[in-house]
Amino acid sequence: MEIRSMYHKKLREIQDEVLVMGGLVSEAILRSIEALKNRDLDLAEQIVTGDQKINDLRFGIEEKCIQLIVTQQPIANELRIIIAVLNIITEVERIGDYAEGIAKITIMIGDEPPVKPLIDIPLMAEQAVDMLRRSLDAFINKDADAARKICIEDDIVDHLYDQIYLELLDLMMENPQIVSRATRLIWVAHDLERSADRVTNICERVIFVITGKMEEI
Amino acid sequence: MDDITLQTPERIKLETEAVNLYYGSFQALRNVTLGIRECAITAIIGPSGCGKSTLLRLFNRMNDLIPSVRVEGKVLLSGTSIYDKDRDVVELRKKVGMVFQKPNPFPMNVYDNIAIGPRHHGIKHEAELAGIVEQCLREVTLWEEVKDKLKQSALDLSAGQQQLLCIARALAVEPEVILMDESCSALDPESTLKIEELMRDLVCKYTIVIVTHNMEQAARVSDMAAFMMMEQDKAGVLVEYAPTSQIFSNPKDKRTEDYISGRFG
Repeated sequence: MEIRSMYHKKLREIQDEVLVMGGLVSEAILRSIEALKNRDLDLAEQIVTGDQKINDLRFGIEEKCIQLIVTQQPIANELRIIIAVLNIITEVERIGDYAEGIAKITIMIGDEPPVKPLIDIPLMAEQAVDMLRRSLDAFINKDADAARKICIEDDIVDHLYDQIYLELLDLMMENPQIVSRATRLIWVAHDLERSADRVTNICERVIFVITGKMEEI
Repeated sequence: MDDITLQTPERIKLETEAVNLYYGSFQALRNVTLGIRECAITAIIGPSGCGKSTLLRLFNRMNDLIPSVRVEGKVLLSGTSIYDKDRDVVELRKKVGMVFQKPNPFPMNVYDNIAIGPRHHGIKHEAELAGIVEQCLREVTLWEEVKDKLKQSALDLSAGQQQLLCIARALAVEPEVILMDESCSALDPESTLKIEELMRDLVCKYTIVIVTHNMEQAARVSDMAAFMMMEQDKAGVLVEYAPTSQIFSNPKDKRTEDYISGRFG
């Protein structure tokens, strides 16, 4: 007979749903970049409408957390886990919003000619998604070391963003007619850079669960 | 009032319809209508004196032991009236077992505490009785602790073990319903948690109704919660009956909200 079996069962369900949510958002980010690269407006529309599913999942997990607090009265580490979940799903949902934003930019761009080949933006997306997946694994596995390492990798994404920004700035100065298109690409890069920042927030929550202290990394 | 009483009859194990209960001229319960779900844990909560235990004791007619008691309205077990004149009360109490606040093992050994019920109901074969004793003690997770002490006095067990023994004793006569009247309130936290886990294990086979003053326990362990309170004339009324998650996160009645948030009680 496992003591607190109901609490552990419901917590496992919540954690599984957090992973599902993370999976949906990861896919949304990658597909949004694919849509941008290929000027695939149908795919972009799918990502925009698919964001509702991510939002619904977030509110569903939030409701389950509230019920768990009300019915099982978690304290200490148990409570930190639930609080962390409430924060993590907010961060993941915002990353989902970024994917939606990138898809909307694709729709706005339409069939305008590309400013430049997309090389660094897809790299940023892959890095941010990889960090997101591993941060959620670190949460499930309660791995503070993994969480700290992921935070350090945010510098990679920041560096790529700076590169893209400077490159697009140069292009805009050379050719003012591309300012509108280039600005949209800067927005895309900005959304990906913010995605990685949100992943570091997730990692800080992982460390909080394990140590009981919030560390700004 | 929640529409739980409107569910199809086969999912409701115990019911009251407009029940009034009097001790002489004093009305202890007023117009209580309630449908207890089969194979669920229902918690009855409310301030002291509001009629929780009186309501619980309706279901196995323990109130009959009080000479001046009078019951109006219907009380049904699986759709048939508990209070019919020709109802066999002994048979009723076999189907609707009870565990009390203070552990009350009989002053006999562990084995006989469990075997006495089945023996009384006609099982004479010792091998069969031994099987029942072991099965019931296993069901309450007490077997490993007492298997070498079956012939020792039950009164030598700890309070938590005695209460588990009392639950096993109730299970030995194959009840359909188990009533638990504050049966953890005299126990330490570890024993309380064990009994709460046992309730969750047992609910797949039995309908369980608990009375508890411990709201956290009610929230942890029950599927449905019934909040009662006393009106000005001290009659107990049912204020709200709904899924536990709703009662404790979004009660519909302000009196329920006030009680669970500690504003009175």
